[in-house]
Amino acid sequence: MEMVQKMLAGSDLSLARLITLVERDAPEVPEIMGSIYPHLGNAHFVGFTGPPGGGKSTLVDRLTAVMRRRGFSVGIVACDPTSPFSGGAVLGDRIRMQQHYLDKGVFIRSMATRGSRGGLPRAARGVIKLLDAFGRDFVLVETVGVGQTELDIMEAADTTVVVLVPEAGDTIQTMKAGLLEIADIFVVNKADREGADYLGMELEQMLRMSSRESSWQAPVLTTQAINDIGTEELYQEIERHREVLRDTGRLSLRRQEQRKGEFIETIEQGIRARLLELVERDGRLMASLERVEKGEVDPYSASMEILTNKTLLQGWLAELERER
Amino acid sequence: MAEERRIRVLMAKPGLDGHDRGARVLTLGLRDEGMEVIYTGLRQTPDKIVEAAIQEDVDVVGLSCLSGAHRYLFPEVVEGLRERGAQDVMVIGGGIIAKEDIPFLKEKGIDAVFGPGTPVKEIANYIRENAKRK
Ligand code: B12
Ligand SMILES: Nc1nc2c(ncn2[C@@H]2O[C@H](COP(=O)(O)OP(=O)(O)OP(=O)(O)O)[C@@H](O)[C@H]2O)c(=O)[nH]1
Ligand SMILES: [Mg+2]
Repeated sequence: MEMVQKMLAGSDLSLARLITLVERDAPEVPEIMGSIYPHLGNAHFVGFTGPPGGGKSTLVDRLTAVMRRRGFSVGIVACDPTSPFSGGAVLGDRIRMQQHYLDKGVFIRSMATRGSRGGLPRAARGVIKLLDAFGRDFVLVETVGVGQTELDIMEAADTTVVVLVPEAGDTIQTMKAGLLEIADIFVVNKADREGADYLGMELEQMLRMSSRESSWQAPVLTTQAINDIGTEELYQEIERHREVLRDTGRLSLRRQEQRKGEFIETIEQGIRARLLELVERDGRLMASLERVEKGEVDPYSASMEILTNKTLLQGWLAELERER
Repeated sequence: MAEERRIRVLMAKPGLDGHDRGARVLTLGLRDEGMEVIYTGLRQTPDKIVEAAIQEDVDVVGLSCLSGAHRYLFPEVVEGLRERGAQDVMVIGGGIIAKEDIPFLKEKGIDAVFGPGTPVKEIANYIRENAKRK
């Protein structure tokens, strides 16, 4: 694909347009993903999550500066929520990253969550791969800070940074279940405010009690992102985590799992989409749907009628075969 | 299943002008019209706006200026986009812009200009009907 070749040769315009295709789940996506595949594996993916307003964007901005000073290139994916009412979104993370706008070594893309219920848009995984193929050394992903449904960032990132603020002290008990388990690194940001040390201590205590795998003990750092304090240390911890992942073989294990997951998922999506299309066109199904709608049959019995109807299923398969 | 198409807009404040109320009103208004709006903040140079528009692959760049510098700043953005190969991005503007400047701006490639009091709905409809990219 020409656009992919241009992107691989360094065209940011092509990269931007490929991201749009992936975001839109365009028909070209399998081809795009297939052709960038040989160019993957260089980037380290770092996810940032935590409550809204905790300073994630500011931290990403400062960390990017640290990485640039060391000569690394950076890709940033900054996510904000889609309004459930209008389907629109305000994407404002970029405002905090202005110092990098003209730096060719930094590519920033804002994404809305669109249909996804977690903190990460469904297309985000594809987008970070594009940034990897584009040759970025680090890809930093800022999620929507929703607190509970953060598991998808853990699956997509190599290193997950959970950003908390002193005010979060009270809520930490309730967050424990989700956020504590996914963190590879804890950051207590806004340490210029009261309570940061206390929260840090509380976190350490909690971590000591939890029984996580032993090759990595999540460190707790305090930062003041606006004053650029603690960002160098954060960088070093990310680097250290990366080394541990590599040396223990966990990184390649993760990649294996990810590839497997994507394979299954893509097949699932493909089958589902095609089947749904056929089903929508099928008069018999529509008739059942109407009966279910009116309450004449219960949804379960009606679906069993369909799922056990061999002629119906075979008809769809034959239709699929003809369309190929 | 292909996603339905979402219009992406970059809302930018070029120059030193600090009047950001209009840009904010429009950012929220266009979100409510179902668009994804990237707000870049105050005091942007034209080249920063161009780079952001490229990376974000927007359909529309919206420029808001109430200081009177639009005659210089708006065409710079259009020119920058063209140089970077993104001439298919729509550029519209608003703020305090004298009527006699509008033909000049259009000649320089600004697609449309909206003054004070324009309902957001009207702007949203214009965008939906005229965004060049498919
Ligand atoms: C509120 C205001 C302020 C506030 C701004 C608060 C803020 N954060 O925005 C304050 C008090 C800070 C201020 C300061 C100044 N102001 Co003042 N201010 C105004 C005022 C009264 C209203 C502007 C406003 O917010 N309107 C409401 C919004 C919603 O309307 P809007 O911005 O026009 O946006 C609409 C359209 O224009 C359009 N639109 C706007 N942007 C865009 C972008 C796109 C893409 C699109 C499609 C449409 C679009 O859609 C919007 C909705 O209809 C105007 C007078 C006026 N009637 O416009 C003067 C005015 C803009 N200010 C003026 C001046 C001179 C100043 C000052 C320089 C000093 C002074 N003498 O007061 C300072 C400079 C500030 C700075 N740093 O730049 C002049 C500008 C003169 C000029 N351009 O020739 C004006 C016109 C007053 C005047 N008649 O002299 N100001
Ligand atoms: N006092 C203090 N304020 C900070 C610090 N870091 C960031 N902030 C401020 O906190 C506010 C939110 O910062 P962002 O970086 O936008 O936070 P965020 O987590 O990205 O926010 P969302 O994306 O909206 O969830 C801004 O006003 C920052 O200036 C800090 O270390 N100390
Ligand atoms: Mg943010």
